Amino acid sequence: LQTRAPRKKKKAKMFRNQYDTDVTTWSPTGRLFQVEYAMEAVKQGSAAIGLRSRSHVVLACVNKAQSELSSHQKKIFKVDDHIGVAIAGLTADGRVLSRYMRSEAINHSFTYESPLPVGRLVVHLADKAQVCTQRSWKRPYGVGLLVGGLDESGAHLYYNCPSGNYFEYQAFAIGSRSQAAKTYLERRFESFGDSSREDLIKDAILAVRETLQGETLKSSLCTVSVLGVGEPFHFLDQETIQKVIDTFEKVAEDEEGEAGEGDAEAAAAPAEQGGGGAGDQDVAPMEM
Amino acid sequence: MTKQHANWSPYDNNGGTCVAIAGSDYCVIAADTRMSTGYSILTRDYSKIHKLADKAVLSSSGFQADVKALQKVLKSRHLVYQHQHNKQMSCPAMAQLLSNTLYFKRFFPYYAFNVLGGLDEQGKGCVFTYDAVGSYEKVGYSAQGSGSTLIMPFLDNQLKSPSPLLLPAQDAITPLSEPEAVDLVKTVFASATERDIYTGDKLEIMILKADGIRTEVMELRKD
Repeated sequence: LQTRAPRKKKKAKMFRNQYDTDVTTWSPTGRLFQVEYAMEAVKQGSAAIGLRSRSHVVLACVNKAQSELSSHQKKIFKVDDHIGVAIAGLTADGRVLSRYMRSEAINHSFTYESPLPVGRLVVHLADKAQVCTQRSWKRPYGVGLLVGGLDESGAHLYYNCPSGNYFEYQAFAIGSRSQAAKTYLERRFESFGDSSREDLIKDAILAVRETLQGETLKSSLCTVSVLGVGEPFHFLDQETIQKVIDTFEKVAEDEEGEAGEGDAEAAAAPAEQGGGGAGDQDVAPMEM
Repeated sequence: MTKQHANWSPYDNNGGTCVAIAGSDYCVIAADTRMSTGYSILTRDYSKIHKLADKAVLSSSGFQADVKALQKVLKSRHLVYQHQHNKQMSCPAMAQLLSNTLYFKRFFPYYAFNVLGGLDEQGKGCVFTYDAVGSYEKVGYSAQGSGSTLIMPFLDNQLKSPSPLLLPAQDAITPLSEPEAVDLVKTVFASATERDIYTGDKLEIMILKADGIRTEVMELRKD
């Protein structure tokens, strides 16, 4: 029997265990539990946040190290000059998928002499993830990906699930304590479209701060990357991040009180922790 | 029964000449800009020099369609390298990659005669010269293409360095200064243009140094 990490929502019975051994086994209520468990893995990883304006996309993540002695895992990857990806969950799976995405981008560039449109990339990724939900000898990827990119149709931010689904967002957060960041983003997302690059970065770092739940925000704790019109994907250096932190550190007390405990889901920024509740009758998360 | 021969060739020669000279802290890569086919000129303004990495510049004469394909492959492979190593390829690394890429098509070669120029890890100029299937050598200077037979003997006369096979290992760097090397390149191209019909129109010179790349263009005879 596999051990599962404790979840906030109630489970009525241990009934579902009969149908959760195989990814190719349906439950009587039409759920694939292995896929749902894979989505749980995403929630265990440290937070990753993405936001976009009309011209820029910012990806930020929390640097969580295994111990004080070790370095932190790389969670944001450059896919191409115009696409970056932030991951949460099994980082090994994320690394492998990043390599796949890079290869897709390079191959597209080679064949068409033009940058791979982000929407195409996420579909490839989603189809790749879906395969793992329909083979008895495979397991779903245990990683959620926030894919941010710029193409002819503008700036985009997508979220790819282990289920093979993907959604486009104005702003989103995944991983542990991401609800706090989402609450922050839900309040502010309507203004992101017209945000300046600097404001977008500031909002990203503020969102990261929300997930830290009181821990002092330092530039060493987070990684931030930017891409946009005329600006290829790159990481911001510690100095730049620290400067942004310094501009709002004083306002810290105000924000802290509102740090997310709310389960409220806004219509425009759909939460991936949906489908909660009592029994097996509920909508499975991956059906969203 | 005589063997059937193809009534078309997959290759064409677009002519042109490429030269590179390595200095102590610079590298000069030059090529003419004429592209021809048979006895006709296709264009007088085609660049045969292509930057592969910050410190590695490739110049190729031969069949330009193959050259273009080769450049694309190298560019993609370089991107993969950058993703994996978080840095650009050094010139010696690119030299090996180019050799491997050419040999990969040993039985249907890229009709490309390459000269790779750049700066090595110590910042010294380096030039690598190739045949069509990837055999390569680090040298102090080289010429490839239709005018190479006219240029190479003169470069040997001016720049001859001891054999790289001798011990102790000698550097292949020319003692020339950068302006002297650029001047030498202009001289050899002017001469080659006189007698080689496939060389002419314009000369494009790229000078690679630690702080960046500079480009110069010189007019050549157009006949």
